[in-house]
Amino acid sequence: MFGDKGSMLKKILIANRGEIALRIIRTCKEMGIGTMAVYSDADRHSLHVRYADEAVNIGPPQSRKSYLDITKIIETARTGGADAIHPGYGFLSENEKFARSCRENDIVFIGPSPETIALAGNKSEARKTLGRLGLPVIPGSADVISSPDEAVSIAETLGYPVIIKASGGGGGRGMRIVHNEEDLLLGLKVASGEARVAFGNPDLYIEKYLQNPRHIEIQILADHFDHYVHLGERECSIQKRHQKLIEESPSSFVDEGLRAEMCHTALQIARAINYTSAGTVEFLVDQQKRFYFMEVNSRIQVEHPVTEMVTGVDMIRQQIVAASGGKLEMTQDDIRQNGWSIECRINAEDPEDNFVPSPGVVRGLILPGGPGVRVDTHVYDSWEVSPFYDSLIAKVIVWGRNRETAVRRMQRALSEFRIDGMKVTTSFHEKVLRNADFIRGVFDTHFLDHFNKSTGDSK
Amino acid sequence: MEVGQKIRAGDVVCIVESMKVFTEIRAERAGTVVNILVADEDIVRKDQELIEVEMV
Repeated sequence: MFGDKGSMLKKILIANRGEIALRIIRTCKEMGIGTMAVYSDADRHSLHVRYADEAVNIGPPQSRKSYLDITKIIETARTGGADAIHPGYGFLSENEKFARSCRENDIVFIGPSPETIALAGNKSEARKTLGRLGLPVIPGSADVISSPDEAVSIAETLGYPVIIKASGGGGGRGMRIVHNEEDLLLGLKVASGEARVAFGNPDLYIEKYLQNPRHIEIQILADHFDHYVHLGERECSIQKRHQKLIEESPSSFVDEGLRAEMCHTALQIARAINYTSAGTVEFLVDQQKRFYFMEVNSRIQVEHPVTEMVTGVDMIRQQIVAASGGKLEMTQDDIRQNGWSIECRINAEDPEDNFVPSPGVVRGLILPGGPGVRVDTHVYDSWEVSPFYDSLIAKVIVWGRNRETAVRRMQRALSEFRIDGMKVTTSFHEKVLRNADFIRGVFDTHFLDHFNKSTGDSK
Repeated sequence: MEVGQKIRAGDVVCIVESMKVFTEIRAERAGTVVNILVADEDIVRKDQELIEVEMV
């Protein structure tokens, strides 16, 4: 059924929860593959438990004791006769040790190899590897900083402002933007301390700080036959504290020439690290449309549906085909970007109170529908959104033949969304979708800084 | 935190995690810890008392 070499997987354990677990189960069902859900005590009444062919309890609500317990999950797969594990996103999806443990137990890990995961996960190492190959990394130190004097001389060559980053890091910790030598010397001391505490590794590196960049990423797919395709770009500049809130495909900032160059570079990077399965190459693009490699996400991403909407490719299916040892079911020539797609992440957070988490029991749920609307969610009336996991409750995704149609459709879809029992971010998304700069497609990763100020003024 | 420990206003006395967001809880005033009402990793509710402090 799937190419000459592969023999299709028979039963997949889904090592995740929430909407992404449902997303994976749905494709498995359509492919006639058996599904095995795992769940914590907090997720007993979850839809992924109901939809899967089998479900196994793997422990208490705390992720560390359930969804992050490698031994328990591997054991569950072995006992239950699952021949593969899909990790979804978050949890164990980018955990090298988990991927290795699957391999040692003859279980197919649906994702890239542990070696590729390890390389993608070490930021300064990935930067070094790709820089050596002449690929566009953000200008900065070639390696970790060995002395304050070295830092000063590198910063002078780059020109201020520069950003200090932790080699072992992520999520904004140990990061510092500095504008002069004095700030740099002080920043090195503080950032090194923070990095030691947060990541157990005080190593720092320096990059040129890009002013007002766009965050644009390229979706790639690869199988085990040296067959690589890209599915175009996603625009993810609307972020709050490095957390994406709205994504779209294509990007109004990317023209044909830039798209061709970025996609070509993304495929070069994928080849350089022997990538297989679905992955994302993230770039920062400056106002002069120069683009720089930021990082590789070696997993399926939350925002993958916008790419599915404009290409018609089921990415989970291609992950499963590739993991089964089959060939991707399309070539680059088969892939066309058609129309425009936008996704809003609806979170159980209070947009009126600095986005504080707002867990609770779902009441009065009405989901949007109609032409061109897709909602990926695991919530239903009486479901308890628990404080143990992240706050994403639904992804509202729309398709339109162009950006204007998609924006109007999203405004319409958001106005239909109703939920009681907790605060959610729908009203915030509605405001952004009515913002003149957003509608014109003129924004960067600092959009929300200005946006919050301007909506504050109008009150 | 330990019973008998002296704290200053602004000291971080505990961290509450909800939906993967970590919030530092700081002391409003200086004082001495007289009773700790929760254990590490306990599940807590809104408005629940966590630590009793005797003002100085």
